[in-house]
Amino acid sequence: MKFGVIVFPGSNCDHDAFYAVGTNLGQPVEYIWHDSSTLGAVDAVILPGGFAYGDYLRCGAIAKFSPVMKAVRRFAADGGLVLGVCNGFQILVEAGLLPGALIRNRGLKFICREVRLRVETTDSPFTSAGRKGQILRLPIAHGEGCYFADERTLDELEAEDRIVFRYDGNPNGSLRDIAGILSRERNVMGMMPHPERATEPLMGSSDGLTVFQSMLGAGVRV
Amino acid sequence: MSVAITPELVAQHQLSTDEYRKIVSILGREPSYTELGIFSVMWSEHCSYKSSRLHLKKLPTSGKLVVQGPGENAGIIDIGGGYVIAFKIESHNHPSFIEPFQGAATGVGGILRDIFTMGARPIAVMDSLRFGRLDDPGTGARNRRILSGVVAGIAHYGNCFGVPTVGGECIFEPCYDGNPLINVFALGVCRKEDVFYARAAGAGNPVIYVGARTGRDGIHGASMASAEFTEESKQKRPNVQVGDPFMEKLLLEACLEAMQTGAIVGIQDMGAAGLTCSTCEMGSRGGVGIEIELDRVPQRETGMTPYEIMLSESQERMLLVADKGREEEVYRVFRKWGLEAVEIGVVTSDGKMRVKEHGVTVAEIPARELADEAPLYDRPHTKPLRGADHRLLWSANPTVTVQDALPALLSSPDTCSKRWIWEQYDYQVRTNTIAGPERTDAAILRIKETGASVAMSLDGNGRYCYLSPREGAQLAVAECCRNLSTVGAEPVAATNCLNFGNPERPEIMAQLVEAIEGMADACRFFDTPITGGNVSLYNETLGEGIYPTPVMGIVGLLKTAAPVTIPFKNAGRAVMLLGGIGGCDETRFGGTGYAKEILKQLWGLPPALDLDREKRVQAAIREIVAAGLAESAHDLSDGGLAVALAECSFGPAGVGAAIDIASDLRPEVLAFHEGPSRILISTAHAGKVAAIAERHGIEAPVVGVTIEKGMEIRQRAITLGSWEIAALKAAYSGALESYVR
Repeated sequence: MKFGVIVFPGSNCDHDAFYAVGTNLGQPVEYIWHDSSTLGAVDAVILPGGFAYGDYLRCGAIAKFSPVMKAVRRFAADGGLVLGVCNGFQILVEAGLLPGALIRNRGLKFICREVRLRVETTDSPFTSAGRKGQILRLPIAHGEGCYFADERTLDELEAEDRIVFRYDGNPNGSLRDIAGILSRERNVMGMMPHPERATEPLMGSSDGLTVFQSMLGAGVRV
Repeated sequence: MSVAITPELVAQHQLSTDEYRKIVSILGREPSYTELGIFSVMWSEHCSYKSSRLHLKKLPTSGKLVVQGPGENAGIIDIGGGYVIAFKIESHNHPSFIEPFQGAATGVGGILRDIFTMGARPIAVMDSLRFGRLDDPGTGARNRRILSGVVAGIAHYGNCFGVPTVGGECIFEPCYDGNPLINVFALGVCRKEDVFYARAAGAGNPVIYVGARTGRDGIHGASMASAEFTEESKQKRPNVQVGDPFMEKLLLEACLEAMQTGAIVGIQDMGAAGLTCSTCEMGSRGGVGIEIELDRVPQRETGMTPYEIMLSESQERMLLVADKGREEEVYRVFRKWGLEAVEIGVVTSDGKMRVKEHGVTVAEIPARELADEAPLYDRPHTKPLRGADHRLLWSANPTVTVQDALPALLSSPDTCSKRWIWEQYDYQVRTNTIAGPERTDAAILRIKETGASVAMSLDGNGRYCYLSPREGAQLAVAECCRNLSTVGAEPVAATNCLNFGNPERPEIMAQLVEAIEGMADACRFFDTPITGGNVSLYNETLGEGIYPTPVMGIVGLLKTAAPVTIPFKNAGRAVMLLGGIGGCDETRFGGTGYAKEILKQLWGLPPALDLDREKRVQAAIREIVAAGLAESAHDLSDGGLAVALAECSFGPAGVGAAIDIASDLRPEVLAFHEGPSRILISTAHAGKVAAIAERHGIEAPVVGVTIEKGMEIRQRAITLGSWEIAALKAAYSGALESYVR
């Protein structure tokens, strides 16, 4: 399965995602530059963490206009797997591929720590290798990771089983403890915690592999 | 525009009459206003090290692994496997006092550029911070604001740039009230053949400016960092630069990519003294001249004078020399990253730094004389300033029991957990962090390229150095090396940041001289040559000087493996004190955390260091760790045995310890003395550990056992203290946040 890692100016977890997929998962992977209008022959796309275009205006607000996002939109519409991590989640939300918004942490400070994450559904190509209710230990590292949406959207997410991960011990004030959500078609996922930072014992946890192995299991598009 | 050079103008530029005479003799004429400005920054204390250079020569700088010692943007060490690491520490003290957020942020930015200028990708940052007391009724509010601003600034820059901030230290003392210390260490890695140097070469080669545009920010920043603070200093806020970590991230990627083209001859960042420093230093190092035309310098403001352009310290700028004819290869890379790259001049063969505006020469100075012939002072030095008595002062005070003192100490600002600080830093990005903050005695990062790891530690103790600059500096070196050894790393090289007061005062100069000499001896002894560093003088506000605060940053090498961390893992393990109780002299108790927090005093001398014994303890622990015999390891430092034991008990397993020590020391001294060369380990292999210790000729008594719950310290079966771990941990974990609020 071939992965593509999108590189925006200011992405800084691009190398980490590349390493996690290429070395720890052992899958082919390539970088996709932000001004490219196509994604090439990839089976899944990762929008990595970082500060795309500096994020001085609002996280992801500039990135959504980059040429590559048009290609990502098409890819998603065709059913391709899109994983947005941290800044990648923020960009997917800004681009309208996922609902809601990510606002400043309740404590108004950047937080880097390991959190406990509960798998809320395994009915997704990103968690099918996990168990419902399973606790994953994954790190977070963000200043604006508080998930926010109106009540109707939150209810809808719940009703449609689109909340993938919830925090067990909410670090940032996210509504209903939401840490990761799915698109309606379930092929686009955004999450604030970093699965790529937990893909081998030396990193302190290998629990992030659940996400990538699920993607592998979801198979190659036809 | 012609400005008359009057004695007043010369004085305003902080140049002495003698220095001005030297300028006239170098030029063979009176300098222009622009030239005066150029000389004033290059010959400032910050850029020229004119008060310290003479003594810095005493430091050991070479060794078998040293690829590049002092004199470049960073030192370089060979780590094997075809790779090198570049690292250095730098201060940004003065700007951080004036404008904490931007001052600290640009401090991070500056040291990161020093690393990637050498061709190395930064993989770790650490910070050594000093602030005034947070709870002081008079200055506490300001100190809290400075702390919050500095931490937010470091987080802002490092997190966005994408370099993990993996550790450091943070101490609070009244002497840092008007003069916080912000020392930032950075380390990068690159292939040995890809190292770049800041040397111009090849007459006719183009000189290219890349990165951010030049503005009026930071003009005379270097000179500001070379003077004491006064009430008027607040008006110097415009002298503090503004950082843009996003721009720096682009600059990093573009520079590393451009270096791969092979079209770059030399490269240097524009840090202190900006365009001035980079042009004359690159020319001087290469033995060539550089001519630039200011009209071509990208500017973000209109109407800037040559003086302003040359002295601006706008951030995120680099100067490089390319091979003539291959400019386009370089431009292509910078265009890809959306950065400006402009040819602003040319390398010449006449050794002159020539600056033109509209084609007219506005400054023409021999590069070597400007960069390397700065005045050199052998400033008078007497005895180090020391107000503290040698006598034992504490016996007059009511005794606080060990039982009560430990929680008080654990919740003191110096000793408590710094989680509130380091959680604001991304300490994991790049996924190399094997051991980050407060998990181990030294941070450990793996080098993915070689499969090896580097460990790093920052240490400095102003109180010790105040009591004895020479011994204090040696203790800092020993502590750094011990921290590295405790995680199993072999210390290999060092960088230093020397924070002192006004060197024109003989008693302050004496502190500097003694600290350098002590450091030199210790670095020679541990075979950790100094490959670069920074000197920050004039750390005084309204005549109040800081404690002499030399900060050491030492790196070590080890094989990549799961780290031996601080906390106890299992109950029923032997607790051993490698190095034994050692010499816990009461006249050497006055610089400890206990003396500071409980007795509110400072006296005597710092703890005694026996270098030879220290080295044997370190060799022993490295062997123990390498053999996989230690389940946990933590050296005794601030707060001594009791605090170390508590920190070992704060792990996720909740395992504590009960120890009983056969000693006749006063209980407080036994529990809280900070005598060095001691490491607390827990092990299931006490016999094997004892054998290794014996072979190295050091004591390693079994002092107790790890237990399921609680922590207890006894002395010859008499209980000195018995605690619930949860209560101690609460005191330790929540303290800093409660001070900041």
